[in-house]
Amino acid sequence: MVHLNITDRAGVEHVVEAQTGLSLMEAIREAGFDDLMALCGGCCSCATCHVYVDDGDGAFKAVSEDENDLLDSSDHRQANSRLSCQLVLTAAADGLRATIAPED
Amino acid sequence: MAQEDIFYDVLIVGGGHAGAQLAITLRQMGFAGSVAIVGAEHVPPYERPPLSKEYLSGAKSFERILIRPESFWGERNVAMILGERVMSVDPGKKRIVTASGRSMGYGSLVWAAGGSPRRLACAGSDASNIHVVRNLADVDAIAAALPQVTHVTIVGGGYIGLEAAAVMRKMDKAVTLLEVGPRLLGRVTGEALSAFVDEFHRAKGVDVRTATGLASFETQDGRVVAAVLDNGQRIATDMVIAGIGIVPEVGALQDAGASVANGVMVDACCRTSLPDIFAIGDCAASPNPWADGAHIRVESVQNANDQAKIVANLLMDVDKPVDAMPWFWSNQYDLKLQSVGLSMGHDLQLVRGDRATASFSILYLREGRLIAVDTVNRVKDYVQARALVAAGARLDASLAVDPDIALKDVVAAAA
Repeated sequence: MVHLNITDRAGVEHVVEAQTGLSLMEAIREAGFDDLMALCGGCCSCATCHVYVDDGDGAFKAVSEDENDLLDSSDHRQANSRLSCQLVLTAAADGLRATIAPED
Repeated sequence: MAQEDIFYDVLIVGGGHAGAQLAITLRQMGFAGSVAIVGAEHVPPYERPPLSKEYLSGAKSFERILIRPESFWGERNVAMILGERVMSVDPGKKRIVTASGRSMGYGSLVWAAGGSPRRLACAGSDASNIHVVRNLADVDAIAAALPQVTHVTIVGGGYIGLEAAAVMRKMDKAVTLLEVGPRLLGRVTGEALSAFVDEFHRAKGVDVRTATGLASFETQDGRVVAAVLDNGQRIATDMVIAGIGIVPEVGALQDAGASVANGVMVDACCRTSLPDIFAIGDCAASPNPWADGAHIRVESVQNANDQAKIVANLLMDVDKPVDAMPWFWSNQYDLKLQSVGLSMGHDLQLVRGDRATASFSILYLREGRLIAVDTVNRVKDYVQARALVAAGARLDASLAVDPDIALKDVVAAAA
């Protein structure tokens, strides 16, 4: 289990517990947030699970070419943008801070 | 008799992507009325695309493909009435009756019942080892049978059949794929992609037979032991998977007097011809701006979600256009296929990149404007095509076919 600090679209930060081995997308969904669409279910085919990793990006693999291209489809891309389905949680993700990006 | 006390302001029939998304969106928008989902399956809403892939292969548990955790629905005050089929609709009294005889009233009824897999009709089609891929139970049945299976015959060369073929090859099953039409994906993509997919599956060991129909099944003890083709050939097999499309689930609405053709006819706001009854998702035939306004059914997650949003906006009285540009994906082996727009009605097809590299795109144009793009392992093209298709951009064809020039940079100068 790791603890994550997730800020929803209303700007409210929530502390959620998540199982390692899941993706951050799954953890956010599992925690009951309803603003993450994640339409493709996590196979890196859309960009509807877009988050900003405010702190703790080092816990994850670098952005792949496909993820980078998909992030380009968002009007809200920032330097810390990631697709949360591509971020697999390990113990290193404990304490992560992330914000759900605005809907495109 | 009718229990007049059960009433939902919004009664959603169908717990698939469309129905689930409608309930989620309504609550997200602050809808204060009562909401129920009546679903034919016994499980809460889950994602269908991974069923035949990550779920069947065991890479993801069922919990991991739930659209929302089971507790979510109760927390959002969405009643889940599972394992129930709606058998009749009374649009005058605004009530429905389920298969078990439960009667419920509604303020608005949203029909999101999807479809059931089209069944094979040739002799032997009632055999027990003929499977379909639509629901959890379908895929569980395939998974349970697989250990005893060495050869799978897949009927249908559309996305469902091809994805099944890819998964079966990964599991080391021998696979024969039958497609009655002249090419794979014939209904949805251009020739270049069909030819590529055909070659790719063959290279992975699938025995692809296009322009080949099924004459009958040879059965023993109620099980298929061989498929007999229309050319007389006999293929010994111990599992059949039929992926030949769906029949929209619309019977009760049709009986109630709704206008039905290939699916429930709806307007641009997903209203059926009956008052306060809407239809969304796979079962709804809506006037599609990406198909010149023709009433078509679009079977995709994108369409299910966008139509759910359209109805949510309507019920919440929010005047906000929903950009429902069609997009789609399919994963087969290590191929990432992505599409945007609808290619029907194109008058020009351009192949961008070399098929031999397994990274190329097909651009579909109509009167010089880009209307759709299929990409194979070219996410960058897919992303850039979204903006171009949305804008109906005119492309410079001679530049567009050069894969080294970014797609966004091949827009033609204004005529």
